[in-house]
Amino acid sequence: MQLNRDDLKRAYRTMMTIRAFEERVEKEFADGTIPGFAHVYLGQEASGTGICFDLTDEDQIGSTHRGHGHCIAKGCEVEGMFLEIMGKQGGICGGKGGSMHIADMDKGMLGANAIVGGSPPIAVGAALTQKLRRTGRVAVAFSGDGASNQGTTLEAMNMAVVLQVPMIFVFENNGYGEFTSAEYSVGAPSLTDRAAAFGMPAQSVDGGDFFAVQAAMREALEHARAGKGPYALETHCARFLGHFVGDPQKYRGPDELAAARANDPILRFRSKVADAALLETAELDEIDAEVRARIDAAAAAAREAPLPALATLEADVYVKY
Amino acid sequence: MAVISYRKAINQALEQEMARDESVILMGIDVGGGTGGSGDVGSVGGVMGVTKGLYPKFGPDRVIDTPISESAIIGAAAGAAVTGMRPVAELMFVDFIGVCLDQIYNQAAKFRYMFGGKARTPLVIRTMGGAGMRAGAQHSQNLHPILTMIPGLKVVMPSNPYDAKGLLIKAIRDDDPVVFLESKALYDMKGEVPEEAYEIPFGEANILRDGRDATIVAFGAMVPRAMQAADRLAKDGVKVTVLDPRTTSPLDEEAILDSLDETGRLIVVDESPPRCSLAADVAALAVSQAFDALKAPVGMVTCPHTPVPFAPNLEDAYIPSVERIVEAVKNTL
Repeated sequence: MQLNRDDLKRAYRTMMTIRAFEERVEKEFADGTIPGFAHVYLGQEASGTGICFDLTDEDQIGSTHRGHGHCIAKGCEVEGMFLEIMGKQGGICGGKGGSMHIADMDKGMLGANAIVGGSPPIAVGAALTQKLRRTGRVAVAFSGDGASNQGTTLEAMNMAVVLQVPMIFVFENNGYGEFTSAEYSVGAPSLTDRAAAFGMPAQSVDGGDFFAVQAAMREALEHARAGKGPYALETHCARFLGHFVGDPQKYRGPDELAAARANDPILRFRSKVADAALLETAELDEIDAEVRARIDAAAAAAREAPLPALATLEADVYVKY
Repeated sequence: MAVISYRKAINQALEQEMARDESVILMGIDVGGGTGGSGDVGSVGGVMGVTKGLYPKFGPDRVIDTPISESAIIGAAAGAAVTGMRPVAELMFVDFIGVCLDQIYNQAAKFRYMFGGKARTPLVIRTMGGAGMRAGAQHSQNLHPILTMIPGLKVVMPSNPYDAKGLLIKAIRDDDPVVFLESKALYDMKGEVPEEAYEIPFGEANILRDGRDATIVAFGAMVPRAMQAADRLAKDGVKVTVLDPRTTSPLDEEAILDSLDETGRLIVVDESPPRCSLAADVAALAVSQAFDALKAPVGMVTCPHTPVPFAPNLEDAYIPSVERIVEAVKNTL
């Protein structure tokens, strides 16, 4: 299906929001306003945006430790996300979750997950709910190349096939599980082939190309929504930064890093729509400015926001001693 | 009132809750049994027959045979729970938490707190524990201490058929993850159980016997043994209170402390190795909260710090015996 101008603007706005959000996270982290760790999604914007583009709030996703982009693509508000990441009152999870645990049930965001391979089994369960309730909706598990080697992921793939649940396994292969290359750590010649061996259709797609990801996801959605069981997509991405903000990345050569930046998914999107005269450059620039202003305001507000009340420390554990 | 087994009481609770609420589903290894085979599907009903008859009644969408993939079973049940179902997942033996603990303690147990109170995970994990079946070191443990220390989990240890039914119904209706630890030594235990559905609240101890000389706190399969010990002690004129907390978390601290106020002597019977056991936990409660009431050191009757041995004589020696309970009580007098 052809994307109209509004669709294109929406896709671009999402990608730019992720970009601006993550660049701001990088800066805030350097300033010391973000406690703990931060794993950013810079360079992978087209993947999450393309995957979530045709999902509704009733479709559910499980995410990873590198989950900010997935949250934004699924509709989480950046204001609440900044508050959460800074551990502030009013954060999406009340400051109890942090960067690696952002969830928003109303948006179908079942949680970023700091356990590599944590989400796939949970997403199978969400897909089971969709199947039993005959909603026509799906569940998506985002994993990286690292999680593709976890037993939980492999169990989940088999279980999803056995139970024939409407689920899409998305493997964002950014080439590295932490600091070790996928080329080394994935024993099979191809992640896609390995997923297919579980008995589900699987395809590999250029994760830097929004249009390719979105088109592949449409096929996956059609398959899952038709009750044909799970589907797997491998999106080949390139991480701009290291595993976490501040990682010196000595394990990656300068050529590789330069190539990743040269293949910037946002620049690719811009030139594609400009070359095809689908959107004006000025329209894209206008979105950039709007997004940057929103991010600036959200981050500034979060910096100033109060900390969570100490009384919330023991809330929501349902047994106190 | 009908007299039925502990096994049947659990089965009845499941059947009644499934009939009442369509969102209640069962999933696990062979909970129906026989799926995909050439014979009678659903004829098994779990390795101990606890879910027998439910597959024929509720069908494959609600009694779901799964692959032997504990992480996927517990994780999928957690995912189904957080999206609106009320799954009862069966983890066949509690010994198998080793291959799915992440999905229990890092995932399901944390959702509500970690997500700022906005997630609800009405998940029940039915599992069985305890020694005495000659099942060897990997099918005989009672791992309630590991589960009890996890914030976000409720842990239930029913000690008789009446409690098994009422506590399981409560567990299914509860909006948070509950581990329901059945005792395989008790499956054939008979007792009076009302036909209609009823709930037993969590965190409310059951005082099975009232006596002023000492308080025996016992968990799960140790409760019937504590009662036998109480009978023997009564013959010697020693009258003890037998208190079954029913749930290890929440723990009815008040009932334990109230009883200790009256008796001044405490014996805890826990089928678990001693370190970080419920025996140690309840002893610490008494020492920290009721030191002045104690007339004698707390008696702790536990298993030795070993895996469960296979040889029948060794296994019998491993489990706290009636004799050891009697002796422990006498040591406090």
